[in-house]
Amino acid sequence: MPIEANGKTFETDEEGYLANLNDWEPAIATAMAEAEDCTLTDEHWDIINFLREYYEEYQIAPAVRVLTKAVGKKLGKEKGNSKYLYELFPYGPGKQACKYAGLPKPTGCV
Amino acid sequence: MAKKFMYVNRKPPYGTIYALESLEVVLIGAAFDQDVSLAFIGDGVYQLTKGQDTKAIGQKNFSPVYSALGDYEVTKIYIEKESLEERGLTLDDLQHLVWEDEDDDWAEKDSIRLVSRAELADVLDDQDVLLSF
Repeated sequence: MPIEANGKTFETDEEGYLANLNDWEPAIATAMAEAEDCTLTDEHWDIINFLREYYEEYQIAPAVRVLTKAVGKKLGKEKGNSKYLYELFPYGPGKQACKYAGLPKPTGCV
Repeated sequence: MAKKFMYVNRKPPYGTIYALESLEVVLIGAAFDQDVSLAFIGDGVYQLTKGQDTKAIGQKNFSPVYSALGDYEVTKIYIEKESLEERGLTLDDLQHLVWEDEDDDWAEKDSIRLVSRAELADVLDDQDVLLSF
């Protein structure tokens, strides 16, 4: 289903992931979150921005385990655990955060 | 008990789907806490060359993904010395792949191991599972 953000319409795939990575803008993340009754805080944005940087460098969406470790290194040990990430993204940090960040579904995520 | 998994890569990066498929299986398989190694033999060494540009063939350049292998705890990447030499390549033509050791204050360590054909044969002999791409 296409997503409306900032007065524009963006194509998504059948699971709601943004069809074209380059279309992404922050308003898309906000709109996707609202559709799932989630209000984005600075802590959410830290993860979303981190994922976008990771994709930019490595051309893949990291597996949750990899994300957890990398977040711990970059944002501090108290955030590098799955409890913290699942509290922010209850549908799964890989799936939900990657979706808001406009990334494809993580490789190995079923 | 972790098994030793070795992914053997023999094909150039583009033209067939083998290189990309191998990489995807490695990333998926890395979630299962096995002891994973990769070997690059023959034209497979081209998979790791620097400066790949795929614009003209209209495919995604997936070579940056190799540098994420360290994050997936894939830290043993064997390159066959003879295969490089036969193609006029040296290690300087390949990406410098590293991993960060969490137990050693995130020190960067080399993932690439340059081995002779004979040495690689011993490494292959030591594996529990060989997957050839």
